Parts: sequence; C-alpha cells; structure tokens
Amino acid sequence: MTAPVIGVLALQGDVREHVGALAGAGADARPIRRPGELDAVDGLVIPGGESTTISKLVDIFEMREPIDKRIAAGMPVYGSCAGMIMLATEVLDGRPDQRGFAGIEMTVRRNAFGRQVDSFEASVEIAGVQGAAFHAVFIRAPWVERVGPGVEVLGRVTDRPVGDRIVAVRQGNLLATSFHPELTGDLRLHRYFVDLVRAA
Amino acid sequence: MPETTSPNASATPVVGTARVKRGMAEMLKGGVIMDVVTAEQAKIAEDAGAVAVMALERVPADIRAQGGVSRMSDPDMIDSIINAVSIPVMAKARIGHFVEARILQSLGVDYVDESEVLTPADYANHIDKWAFTVPFVCGATNLGEALRRITEGAAMIRSKGEAGTGDVSNATMHMRKIRQEIARLSSLPADELFVAAKELQAPYDLVKEVAETGKLPVVLFTAGGIATPADAAMMMQLGAEGVFVGSGIFKSGNPAQRAAAIVKATTFHDDPDVLAKVSRGLGEAMVGISVDEIPQPHRLAERGW
Repeated sequence: MTAPVIGVLALQGDVREHVGALAGAGADARPIRRPGELDAVDGLVIPGGESTTISKLVDIFEMREPIDKRIAAGMPVYGSCAGMIMLATEVLDGRPDQRGFAGIEMTVRRNAFGRQVDSFEASVEIAGVQGAAFHAVFIRAPWVERVGPGVEVLGRVTDRPVGDRIVAVRQGNLLATSFHPELTGDLRLHRYFVDLVRAA
Repeated sequence: MPETTSPNASATPVVGTARVKRGMAEMLKGGVIMDVVTAEQAKIAEDAGAVAVMALERVPADIRAQGGVSRMSDPDMIDSIINAVSIPVMAKARIGHFVEARILQSLGVDYVDESEVLTPADYANHIDKWAFTVPFVCGATNLGEALRRITEGAAMIRSKGEAGTGDVSNATMHMRKIRQEIARLSSLPADELFVAAKELQAPYDLVKEVAETGKLPVVLFTAGGIATPADAAMMMQLGAEGVFVGSGIFKSGNPAQRAAAIVKATTFHDDPDVLAKVSRGLGEAMVGISVDEIPQPHRLAERGW
C-alpha cells in the first residue's frame, strides 16, 4: 500500500507539527504553498495559525480558486483551529474581509473560548476514534455554534464554564477540530484523516 | 522542566500550561508581529496580515531619540488596541518588573514581552514567568541567554537585534550565534554536555534536550532592526520562525504597503522573484542609525543577563 500524498498549507502557522504528525501516521507529507504543488497531493491539511493572515495569504498567492476546485472535486481536507475557521461556511467575530473555502456547512465563532489566558487543555471523546479520550489543546480556539444537516458532530467539550460546545465535525471528506492534535503526539486523528484520504 | 501537566493529565480542563503557552507561539510561526502605538496603527497591521501586534507607548526609535525611563504602556491604550483588532495583542513589561507583568495579564494581553527595549527594573533578576497564566517572550543574544529565559518560563524566544535602529546586523549576529551554538551542542559527545552546560550557564537537562533535538524547545523569532522585506526574508533564511518588526513599519514612508510587503516576504522568504516583486514601490524606509555609531552604554541588546 503506497503512502497517500498529503499537503500542509504552508502560508503561516504550525505547519511543521502537522507534517510530522502526518508522516507518523503513514502519509507522504509535505508543505505546499503554490497552486502547482496542490496538483500533486491527495489530501490537504490547513494548520493552526492566524485565520485572518492565512485568509489574506491564500488570496495573495492565488491558492483560493485551486483549493476551492479540489474541494468541490472531493479532495479530503482537515483543518485544525484556524483551519476549522477556513473550512466554515460562516464565521462570527472574524474580519469582514475574511474568507474561507466554504467547505463545511457550519457557523464557527472565532476566539470563542476567550483570549490566550483562557487557552486550556481538556479531554474530548471523538466519535469514530478508538481508545481513550483525546487530551485536547485549545489555543484561542473557535467553537462550532451551528451545523447544517449534512454535518456529523464528532466531539464536544462539556466541562467548561461556557457549557457544552461542538469542537470536532466532519462533512463528507472534510474534517475540522477546534483543538490541536498535532501538538500532543497523539496521532489517532491524523491516522483517521490518512485513512479518509486513502478511501477517497 | 516544570511542566505543569503531562500528556495524559486528568480530565479537568486546565489553563496556563507550558503546552498552551508554547503552543500559542507555534501558531504564530511564519508570521509577522508588528509594533503599534495606537488603535489605528493596530488596524493597519491587521489589515496587512500581521499575526499579532505589540502594543507599546513609543516605538524603539522614539525611545532611543527621546531618552528617559521607558515603562509599560498605559492600560487605556492597551485596551483600545485589544478592542480594535481580533488578532493576538502582546505588550511589553520592563525586565524584572513582575508587577507590570501582572497588570498586563489582568488586562488580557495574549503575550508579555519582557523587553530590553524598556528600561530594566531589576539588574539581577528576570521575572519568574512560571508564576503566570499569560505566556512570555524574551530576547536573547546567544543560546545561553535563551536557555536561561526558558528556564525562567519563557514560552517563546526572539533574537534581540538592536531595536530602533533599522540596522539588521545585530539581529543577524544573534541568529547566527544561536544557530551555531545549537549546531555545536548537537555535535558534542554526551560526556561533554556537562561542561557545555556550565559554559552556557544553563541547566544541564535543557542543554541535553537542545543537543538531542537540534532546536530550542520553544519557538524562535527574530527582532531588532528589521526594516525591509529583504531583512525579514534573510532572518527567516537564517533560521527564524517568524519576525517582529518594530520601528521599521510606522517610521517608514508608507506603513500599510510596507507592512503587507514584509508579511509576503516572510512567507516567501526563499523565493527571490516574489521578494523582488514585493520590494518595489515601498517609498522611504526608516532612516535608521548604524549600530556602530551607538555608544556602548546606549545599546539595548546588552540589557538582560
């Protein structure tokens, strides 16, 4: 079985951590920044970072149309944190000019859990992932406020003062989490995504 | 390393861990953090694609020109910047001034820069940064200094450069120095790391970790004297994971355009065609002062111990 080629959108953010996690999960992982490099990948990860910056750089470096086209053609994409924001059809508390790839039918609230002093670690159970709950790292993280009918909720945070919040979702080949599995060395979610890319 | 949590810690949510502090800096990688003194400048920085802004009362070039004691910014001014932008806001505390840092934490800033650009409050001790929920970035001119700051709890390191000059030579020197010292540690046999730790004046465990991994355990940015897209790109090629730009943007002829150009140059630091394109039509760069012309006692990079 050959390793699927998975690109990590390398415009800004924790690209190296995702490349490392994907490689550990059995993918041929590489950072990509140019439309030509996108042609060579079977799947894409949009890393954590600053969504306003990534959104701008996507336009400046002419990656928007090629990525939109690949998503429409069924390419699997996984977004963590800023990547989740980039995959949402609607963003609250973002910048008016901020644009994502309109992939997953959901409303995401940016920096929803608060500022950096409120960033936290907590346990999250992910549907479809075997074993213990994820030890999840949330950094100025978004949450999902509303999901469309085609969206499967994979995980929630329930033990915060802010109440029960959706933090992991999937719609077809698109996967998104509010938290950063790439920071903890727990490869289960990246394996889940690599399997999704293999099956696509 | 006093990690406040282990990977398999209990289910209780926990804030202010080393992982969320260091992780925050990981999310800034490949980005540009810009010094701003007003809410209006903060908006220009955010519009240009900055990953964060540094709120301060005077940019280093003005601190240098005006002299006097330089302190933490007015809380009203920091509030106005926090309210103006959605990206992270950092602010500076004086070296060793743990009360300024407490105030900044209570204002909700996302990162505190314990900075040599301000007048030091303690000529012996830096702040005990483990005692805070807010993460800290600290300056370093060499590996030993970087490791001492990390030992004190810094979750991010930046080269010091010589702030407020527009002269990138010191930042170059610090980045090269840190890189060389890491490479040297990696090449040493295990039994020589004990003396290496002594020489670096840093804890053995941290020295061993750097020798094994070939990198700092926290994100390394560059700062001090960066004024052009080419400066930013060179720092990235020298191993910086991102860039702080101080006086270079708002002391230049066309801040909005220069800010956007530096953002692009940081992402495409290894592509000369992109760099040539973004370097065009930026107007006047900040005038600058050569570090050589600054008398020793007025050099900011030499503050910190």
